[in-house]
Amino acid sequence: MASANFAEPPAPAPAYRLLPFRFERWKKREVLLVNDVGDSAFLDAPTFYALVGHCLSVASPGYLELKSKLFLTDGDPTVAIDLLATRYRTNKSFLSGFTGLHLFVITLRCDHSCPYCQVSRVKDGGSRWDMSPETAERAIDLMFRSPSPTLKVEFQGGEPLLRFDLIRSIVERILERNRTEGRQIEFVIATNLAPLDDEMLAYLKDRSILLSTSLDGPAPLHDANRPRPGRDSHALVEKNLARAREALGHDRISALMTTTERSLAQPREIVDEYVRLGFDSIFLRSISPYGFAVRTGAAARYQTSHFLDFYRAALDRIIEWNRRGTPIREVYSQILLSKILTPFATHYVDLQSPGGAGIGAVVYNYEGDVYASDEARMLAEMGDFTFRLGNVHRNTYEEIFGGETLRSLVASSVLEGLPGCNRCAFLPFCGGDPIFHHRTQGDPIGHRPTSAFCAKNMGILRHLFERLRSGDRFVVDLFTSWATGVPAPRCEEEAPV
Amino acid sequence: MSLRLQTQGHPSPNLRANVLGRISLVPTGREARGDTVRLLRGGDPDADLDDYAGILTEAEVPESTPAPWISHARCLDHLSAGDVVLLQPTGGVRTLFRPASPHNSIFTTDRCNSYCVMCSQPPRTIDDSERIVEHLRLIELIARGAPSDIPRELGITGGEPTLLGNDLLRIIERCRDLLPETALHILSNGRLFYYGSFARRLAEIEHPDLMIGVPLYSDLDVEHDRVVQAPGAFGQTLIGLQNLGRFEVPVEIRVVLHRMTIERLEPTAAFIYRNLPFAAHIALMGLEPIGLAVKNLDSLWIDPRDYAETLEAATFYLAARGLDVSIYNHPLCAVPRSLWRFCRRSISDWKNEYLEDCSTCSVRARCGGFFASAVERRGMLRLKVTPIGL
Repeated sequence: MASANFAEPPAPAPAYRLLPFRFERWKKREVLLVNDVGDSAFLDAPTFYALVGHCLSVASPGYLELKSKLFLTDGDPTVAIDLLATRYRTNKSFLSGFTGLHLFVITLRCDHSCPYCQVSRVKDGGSRWDMSPETAERAIDLMFRSPSPTLKVEFQGGEPLLRFDLIRSIVERILERNRTEGRQIEFVIATNLAPLDDEMLAYLKDRSILLSTSLDGPAPLHDANRPRPGRDSHALVEKNLARAREALGHDRISALMTTTERSLAQPREIVDEYVRLGFDSIFLRSISPYGFAVRTGAAARYQTSHFLDFYRAALDRIIEWNRRGTPIREVYSQILLSKILTPFATHYVDLQSPGGAGIGAVVYNYEGDVYASDEARMLAEMGDFTFRLGNVHRNTYEEIFGGETLRSLVASSVLEGLPGCNRCAFLPFCGGDPIFHHRTQGDPIGHRPTSAFCAKNMGILRHLFERLRSGDRFVVDLFTSWATGVPAPRCEEEAPV
Repeated sequence: MSLRLQTQGHPSPNLRANVLGRISLVPTGREARGDTVRLLRGGDPDADLDDYAGILTEAEVPESTPAPWISHARCLDHLSAGDVVLLQPTGGVRTLFRPASPHNSIFTTDRCNSYCVMCSQPPRTIDDSERIVEHLRLIELIARGAPSDIPRELGITGGEPTLLGNDLLRIIERCRDLLPETALHILSNGRLFYYGSFARRLAEIEHPDLMIGVPLYSDLDVEHDRVVQAPGAFGQTLIGLQNLGRFEVPVEIRVVLHRMTIERLEPTAAFIYRNLPFAAHIALMGLEPIGLAVKNLDSLWIDPRDYAETLEAATFYLAARGLDVSIYNHPLCAVPRSLWRFCRRSISDWKNEYLEDCSTCSVRARCGGFFASAVERRGMLRLKVTPIGL
């Protein structure tokens, strides 16, 4: 009697197996699928339900795409699994080199008094805020214990140029040691450029040392963010940027910007300032809840959603400049796009699983304490020594890099095992940042639904995926060229010879 | 113009086994004669024909000559000094190496473990494993030629060269030792590199300049296997490529474009980028209408003009990702101008031809032209050219 109301029995299931993937609902009627190696596909909801219900027809349009992208397999599954395994190894290859970035905090002294300073600083003062030669020597010993064939040495402060003599002696010592070590070494100095003089420039050129400076935007914004006596920080940056480029080459100096509450209203102006000063990249960084940034309450003042509005507006402006023929790229987006669009491993300590604190980068503080990251050092300045790995004078390499502190830090940044992350479609692109969650949520694993880190990355990733599928050919080509590092090939006709 | 690579004559009774030698048009010193096939052109034969590896002539050879010979050869105009030839007991004369050509290959075997629908040299199931001796000898003869005759590149082809197993590794080792300046290009279906140990042993030879060209016809197993007519081949080839990549042996991916492959060319390009991004070169190749391709021409042939958009999309997809991509076997007038810079003159000189109308074309000098086999079937294939004006 009632049989007429029953649904048709499901058609016999085609013989396919699902390969591992995660998914995210997208605007109600769609689903984003991402597999373990970062390949992605959008499906409409019915196709998705058919797929996971094992009743997607071979004849349906999505089937072959899903098979080609290794979301399902209907042949010998070992082939697909072998391919995925190889690529998974490639994606995780950042692990094999172990710690490659070594930050030397050679002094806490600084001529600026930026309220958002993520790094605590002292106003000049005596040499008790500087790294001693013995401490530097021990830090260099530890650095060379790292098995990494490439080593990046970054000098930080304070303002490291205030102790240029120390930079010189450390660089010379490292180069001397490297004659027998044979590593590939790169030096970079994070500086506000204010103390830069010609003698320093001659040395930097001689040793091929890179500079990384801070530029927050147009002069009024920059000087408000970055006060120094005379309120001339921006003018100094602009003047010394030109000198440094002249002496070292245009591409030897990069800049970082920090977003403050003041910045939020000026996305276009900030991007325009970077273009005006001839930069081909900009890194839109949100404020971090450490150091002076917390003490002054700066971090609390704006919400992640405001930052995302700012990010989207700035990205729009960046795309606009590119459309007009001025190439400029946004570095954070570039890192994420590279994970989304290429099969290669990216090396960025904040966006990897396990996270790079300690195992990708490490900080040697002026007094000899070793921290898993800059943020860990800042926590210590605030009295929280949770992520201090040891001290160059008191501990061995094995104790520092193999100790319980680093082990548990690494363990709490393996996204595949973190609640909330483990089933997130964006996992292959993201990181865990246990130090941030310890700081903001009192727990290194933390609670993703209320995490600002999570909200920021989800927001940016969603936006990038939206732009990628917008059908705007220019944006897709631009993003592809950011991701691959290959300029978009010109499609215009070739003239006959 | 296509070139003659074999001829036929009368063998001497003592030509009982294949003889390899380098052609000389003049008498040579006694110490070099073991490597030499003396080619006699008209006039009286040399007073002394002792100790040569072989004698070759369109005329007679004195009965008393001790060296094996082929006389009354039909035509020897195609042979030049320095060419390496094979004299066969049947009277066949085959050119194995021509210093003047950039396209020389060692034809390792007639056997193959696949049976591609468009194979230009259909395999034969014969036991030709004894030929390894000749291959090693050929390498020796090439290496002992004049310094200016040492090839910049040498192909290793078949059949399927990996079926030689250890003997293929011996050939590569011999090339490494005797021809260290010569780039080796091996054409293989890659299936046997499924065995990681074989890939590793190849890598361990550490040949200074070697590349393996491996065809991949689709991103989908069923489609690829249908083209190579060997179930399971897709998986073996892919794992093989991964193994070669893992041991850092440079690989080239070759996609032959025809009716059975063109539909999935774009997803195949994406599949290559995602899974085989270590490929040193990707060749998108036009079909050579010879061998099995002729038999299957109806289901394979497609005019390149009909897939111009697909070819353009796939090429730019790969180029935009930093992969080195080339288009082979396409005349320039058959592809969009945007792709000209990817087009190479890829057809081996001895089988490369143009149509009459090409003579008025302003870009003929850089155009890849046609396979001789295509020109032969120009009517059936409806070949056409549109000469480019100045």
